[in-house]
Amino acid sequence: MNGDTLLEVDDLRVTFPTRTGIVQAVRGVSFSLGRERLGIVGESGSGKSQTGRAIMGLTPPQAEVSAKKLAFNGIDLLSISPRQRRSLRGNRIAMILQDPKYSLDPVMTIGRQIVETLRTHEKVSRAEARERALAMLQAVQIRDPARVFDLYPHEVSGGMGQRAMIAMMLITGPELMIADEPTSALDVTVQLDVLKILDKLVAERGMGLIFISHDLRLVSSFCDRVVVMYAGKVVEQIKASELRDAQHPYTRGLLNCMPRIGFERHPLPVLDRKPEWAA
Amino acid sequence: MTAAVAIEGLEVVFDRFRALKGVSLEVREGESYGLVGESGSGKSTLLRAITGLAPVASGTIIVNGKTLGKTRDKAFYRDVQMVFQDPYGSLHPRQTVDRLLQEPLAIHGIADGEKRIERALDEVGLGKGFRFRYAHQLSGGQRQRVAIARALILEPSILLLDEPTSALDASVQAEVLNLLEEVRRRHKLTFLMVSHDLAIITHMCERLMVMQNGEAVETLTASQLIGHRVSEDYTRNLLRASEGFVRTA
Repeated sequence: MNGDTLLEVDDLRVTFPTRTGIVQAVRGVSFSLGRERLGIVGESGSGKSQTGRAIMGLTPPQAEVSAKKLAFNGIDLLSISPRQRRSLRGNRIAMILQDPKYSLDPVMTIGRQIVETLRTHEKVSRAEARERALAMLQAVQIRDPARVFDLYPHEVSGGMGQRAMIAMMLITGPELMIADEPTSALDVTVQLDVLKILDKLVAERGMGLIFISHDLRLVSSFCDRVVVMYAGKVVEQIKASELRDAQHPYTRGLLNCMPRIGFERHPLPVLDRKPEWAA
Repeated sequence: MTAAVAIEGLEVVFDRFRALKGVSLEVREGESYGLVGESGSGKSTLLRAITGLAPVASGTIIVNGKTLGKTRDKAFYRDVQMVFQDPYGSLHPRQTVDRLLQEPLAIHGIADGEKRIERALDEVGLGKGFRFRYAHQLSGGQRQRVAIARALILEPSILLLDEPTSALDASVQAEVLNLLEEVRRRHKLTFLMVSHDLAIITHMCERLMVMQNGEAVETLTASQLIGHRVSEDYTRNLLRASEGFVRTA
């Protein structure tokens, strides 16, 4: 851990009531985060997104969140009022979602959305908000910020939309950023551009980052530490640089099952899921 | 060696947008051929043009020696089948697996349906137990297996695969890729496969074409790509991108 602890998660549980009984999406997840890049990896249904959403306070109302401890900078997130929670969300804790097509408001220009975020959390004049939004768009390497400011989300490409999303999330200067599959909807080449921007801004501003993804290899190349989840539980926590020496068969299986250029294996090794992994 | 699919100067135009700008390619019989490129490069449009799902403005498509006209006859669809990207969208939500698999048999008036359905399900690794389930009762991987079974049930010789695993988890992707290789070997199928993932294409295909903005960038063999013997910058960029994130300090 480098420096102070930003986020402490101890025994986090998220349960959903359904017609067929209770579904435990997250079952006792614990980790802590400093000013570092932490990856959370798992397959669909592993509870990685619900973990991120619980921290953000975006769990659907019918679900129940419980934890021994869920603290951000010493603030107990589960006991504060919804009003206090709102003042944190988008301000000190921000979240980037997967697909800019769905996560940006389609009937509002990009500029207005960014200004709205800023003015929700800070008392600034319209003119200053506009200035700062333009500067932020510049920071995410949008070449012509003044033009993009007045565009609607459907008028920009996926990569541009995701940059706008990052700009919107960073404008309040959050301390913790949760990125839920921020590049999965993008082309590989654009993916790297967006990651580069994210990497630079996170490093410059000394933020803590939680990077949620199904792509173990991408996460390990981007993050300092990786939490591997399976069936709502953490099966392994490992330094990204030591991923090669991963102990858990699930982690190793995930690493192995992807085709790689220059490593011919026919057929590809498949995961042999053991019931005790989920126990 | 005859060509299973030969395309010459294919143009596809939507309103005024030229999605394909004169693309030519040749897929040999029994070969597995890949199309790679970013979104908007026209790779899916090319597959859709072959099946008649995209408006062909000019150019010729020859499949198994026959030049395709404006419409495709039944025999064509018996010979060429397609597997789509999203198994959540390509299976009818209110039909059972059994009903889904009967559809192509009914269209083509094939009698021994009972046996064929059992065999097709068996072949894709789904037992009889799956026959009367609905798509929403299946996982993503199982749905894609049903889609593959539906394509195989007519015993086609050419399979068009449009990003067949990009909606699936990595471990499930491995299972589906293995299944596709196996059925290709068993039935001596010709594959024309679209993916944005170079690693998948080099794993599955012998030759590939890199596309960008509706045009062919270059044609390579898988071993050329593995050996980084590429001549275009665009392909080099794709290769670099597929190696993951590299931090430049």
